[in-house]
Amino acid sequence: MTGLVGAVAFVVLAPVVGGLIAGLDRILSARLQARVGPPVLQPFWDVLKLLSKRRALVTVFQEYYAGCFLLFAIVAGAIFFGGGDLLLTVFSLALAGVFLVLGAYAPNSPYSTIGAERELLQMMAYEPMLLIAALGCFMATGSFHVDAIYAHPTALVGRLPGVFLGLLFVLTIKLRKSPFDLSASHHAHQELVRGLTTEFSGPTLALVEVGHWYETVLLLGLVYLFLAALGPWVALAGVVVVYALEVLADNIFARLTWRVTVASAWTVAAILGATNLLAVHYLKQ
Amino acid sequence: MTNDNGLSYLLPGILIVLPLVPALLLAVVRGQAMRSAVVWTGALAVAAGSVWLAAGHLSGPPLALAFDLPWLDRAVAGAGLLVSLYMLFACRGIVKREWWIPVLIVAQTVVMVLVEVAGPRAERPIVIDQLSLVMALIIGIVGGLICIYALTYMEDYHRHHPEVSDRKPLFFFLLFAFLSAMFGIVFSNHLGWMHCCWEVTTLCSFLLIGYSRTEEARRNAFRAMGFNAVGGLSFGVAIWWQLHNGRAIELDSMAAMGSAALVPAVLIGFAGLTKSAQLPFSSWLLGAMVAPTPVSALLHSSTMVKAGVFAVLKFAPVFHGHTAGYLIALVGGATFLATSLAAISMSNAKLVLAYSTIANLGLVVACAGVGSPEAVWAGMMLIIFHAISKGLLFLAVGAVEHRTGSRDIEDMEGLLATRRALGIVMIVGIIGMFLAPFGMLVAKWTCLKAFVEVNPLLAILLAYGSAPTLFFWTKWLGKVISVPGAARPAVGPLSANEWAAVGTLAVLTVCACVLFPLVSDYAVAPYLARQYAGAMVAPAGVGIMALMLGLLVLAIMAFIFYPPRGQVSARYLAGANMGAAGNTFRGPLGEVTPASRNYYLMGFFPEGKIILGGSLASIALMIVALAAVLR
Amino acid sequence: MGIMSKSPWILHYDGSSCNGCDIEVLACLTPLYDVERFGIVNTGNPKHADILLITGAVNEQNKEVVTNLYAQMPDPKVVVALGTCATSGGIFRECYNVQGGIDTTIPVDVYVPGCAVRPEAIIEGVVKALGVLELRAAGKAQTHTPTGKVKA
Ligand code: SF4
Repeated sequence: MTGLVGAVAFVVLAPVVGGLIAGLDRILSARLQARVGPPVLQPFWDVLKLLSKRRALVTVFQEYYAGCFLLFAIVAGAIFFGGGDLLLTVFSLALAGVFLVLGAYAPNSPYSTIGAERELLQMMAYEPMLLIAALGCFMATGSFHVDAIYAHPTALVGRLPGVFLGLLFVLTIKLRKSPFDLSASHHAHQELVRGLTTEFSGPTLALVEVGHWYETVLLLGLVYLFLAALGPWVALAGVVVVYALEVLADNIFARLTWRVTVASAWTVAAILGATNLLAVHYLKQ
Repeated sequence: MTNDNGLSYLLPGILIVLPLVPALLLAVVRGQAMRSAVVWTGALAVAAGSVWLAAGHLSGPPLALAFDLPWLDRAVAGAGLLVSLYMLFACRGIVKREWWIPVLIVAQTVVMVLVEVAGPRAERPIVIDQLSLVMALIIGIVGGLICIYALTYMEDYHRHHPEVSDRKPLFFFLLFAFLSAMFGIVFSNHLGWMHCCWEVTTLCSFLLIGYSRTEEARRNAFRAMGFNAVGGLSFGVAIWWQLHNGRAIELDSMAAMGSAALVPAVLIGFAGLTKSAQLPFSSWLLGAMVAPTPVSALLHSSTMVKAGVFAVLKFAPVFHGHTAGYLIALVGGATFLATSLAAISMSNAKLVLAYSTIANLGLVVACAGVGSPEAVWAGMMLIIFHAISKGLLFLAVGAVEHRTGSRDIEDMEGLLATRRALGIVMIVGIIGMFLAPFGMLVAKWTCLKAFVEVNPLLAILLAYGSAPTLFFWTKWLGKVISVPGAARPAVGPLSANEWAAVGTLAVLTVCACVLFPLVSDYAVAPYLARQYAGAMVAPAGVGIMALMLGLLVLAIMAFIFYPPRGQVSARYLAGANMGAAGNTFRGPLGEVTPASRNYYLMGFFPEGKIILGGSLASIALMIVALAAVLR
Repeated sequence: MGIMSKSPWILHYDGSSCNGCDIEVLACLTPLYDVERFGIVNTGNPKHADILLITGAVNEQNKEVVTNLYAQMPDPKVVVALGTCATSGGIFRECYNVQGGIDTTIPVDVYVPGCAVRPEAIIEGVVKALGVLELRAAGKAQTHTPTGKVKA
């Protein structure tokens, strides 16, 4: 029952929270650049405006893929906040990602195809670390279920410091922050035009945006899970600090190449994540 | 544990002999019409036989046939020797650096003779449990469909390749003989018999790979024979070891023996690794791509490589909890990782399929090596899902290749738009291979859970190997679904034979994905309950998987019934679009058609180095595994 | 104020300007003017844009580009001609390859003169354009087909 409440709460509240986070993100970025920045509700205005524009698509299939991206981003989060299986959350998130990439492939436009390829490279970069994080949760708590992991009396970050740091690293990729915003960036126009989202427009683009909000909330929930046992305020403060650091990184780094992205993410997953898991395993024996 | 009535007593035997009837007929029949009739009848009979057998015995205890017919023993052993001798005879075609192949075959023949001298006897030469039945269904149905598909394919093949001499009678004879030998492998409880059938599959694959008789085909055929002879030798030594120590050579009693059977289990495990093309033996399966597509489909989905993992999986209870088992599992894990990485740089669709086959078999080997009930559950599910979807994909790629003249993934751009049905079929095959909530992923999920409980190392290998899988499948899918960039040559329709095979496999893939809980309950769980004394593995998360599947279906429905409307816009080409549809752009030298290729990242993921690294790791693991059991 | 004017996304296209006006457009994004305060984003992509800002005149080389970019913007949309060149061809008007102001090729909603056009004027022009955008979204202003013809 609590699971259902959590899932429904996520479905209803995540776009609100995610949109606010996006708004705060833009303000914080602006302040870091000595600007004032948009109102905090700006992301909501953007999405509402997109929804009231006419569709202009190369193929209507884009709409379908974007819709499925949103749908499975919601499913992933609902599984997570409903206390469900962590691995299934990761798989569902990957499914959502695949749909988004397909949406970028569908128009067969040079810019969005390169965006799609780069997005796939990013997915390939962060996927091992996400799975390792889920495995780590199991090894520390004996369960893959989020509710059981959440109820665990000691903070996961204590047992899994490496995994936590590794997770923060790939979070940068997943949140599309510099230096890993290869496929599409939040910032002003660039060499790929808008990369992944070049060919999405109007209401279709709105679906993608809202999907990102859901994803952001889910990812921050994952960070929270590692700190949960420290109490809600400490954990929440931790999440805020983590996100602020991501925004800081976004503003002070130039973009890196895909080679560096894949190599560094896999190395980090090996050195911080895998080593951590093996240490937990052998110390237990 | 005995038989009940006469027919079920005979049915397994009939199923082994049954494919030989069409095989022999096809060897003499000329003319497409007659051949069609025989192939269709034969394939349907084989499929019906396997379904009938499965229907009767899927629930309930294993069917053990106890009989002692010395003449049959001798006949099987004699057949095995004949096969060996024929292979030796075929070795007259080797080149200098292939000297090791006849040496291996001689060694294997010597071992066979030694075994025969020791007088192998089994009380229950044939035992049928759920694992054999699952395999029999795969062989009977998927194998039969591939034979039907081959009918049209081989006609086209000879039209496209006038230089290849037409030996269709031999070809179809071999296809059905292959099925017969596969039934033999999965039903035999007598290791000697299994070994004999094992050798027959090696010989069949040798002849089929070398079908075109080009230099490349011959070399690859010999490589396949040589590598499989390593496994055959290892298999023979395992039997000899058992006899030498006065132990049983019955598969079921060995599997129940636990660590006492570890030495033969590891030896037969090695044989399974060669047959299922695990590193460092993978190159024979890649080389087998020179053969006509039905052969690749047969080798990859329902026969040959599946025999390898079947043998390893049979010994899973022995491997369970043992270092040697874990080391074999790591060979599988290393193979999974290395071949998944290697597949990234492949643009040849058949090579992608080949590497992905090896990777998935690696996963099955890993499951078998870990040997816990969950792992075996995952392993069996992987075998089922993989057989169906991989068969489908091979046949679909073959169909595309025969119509466009290319098996390059880049040339499949816009397939969904230009040839909708074929495109959909290919999409079904691809998403069945890697996406939640479909088949393979259910198994992979259970794998992760089973692996991490033992030691995180294998789970970490799986985590790293899954990422490239996501990459290379999605970019292929992206090509298939994209709007065609340039005008593509029109693609002719598929023949009835091809549709019969491809369509049925597509339906089966969907059914397997939707009905996997039933497959688990009726086939996999009873097997595990018997092997592991009451262990029950229920597929977890069925509810959520079903929910995801339902949502996906709803989304498709919504899309079909309420298609989004709006203005159609040309793709963005920096504003320089040309032409009425705006699909080309104005470049410095006039009109340019934009073309985007997928990323293959050959510099970043060099195939050769990856495979070399994986092979070295596998060899080291095998040596340590052998040392661990012989100590 | 409707939703359209709360989130104006811009596509900036440089026709055959001398780059003077372009510098001023970019200046609007700097901390001094910070147009993101009003939700204005420079998208660089016609498919995301609501407002097409064009600097410089239309010439033989770029008239198709201008038409294409305009056609690829989803409705409702507005066009702002920035600088004297964009409004009338300016000092390049008599060049052999120059066709004239933007309105020789696509319908222009707001003309912002100046050589170079000042950031304050650009912002004012955009605000004016937002008014047109709102009217157009409400169906109270003329709309055009992708090729720039007036829609009935
Ligand atoms: S109006 Fe003046 S500053 Fe602007 S582009 Fe023309 S010449 Fe340059």
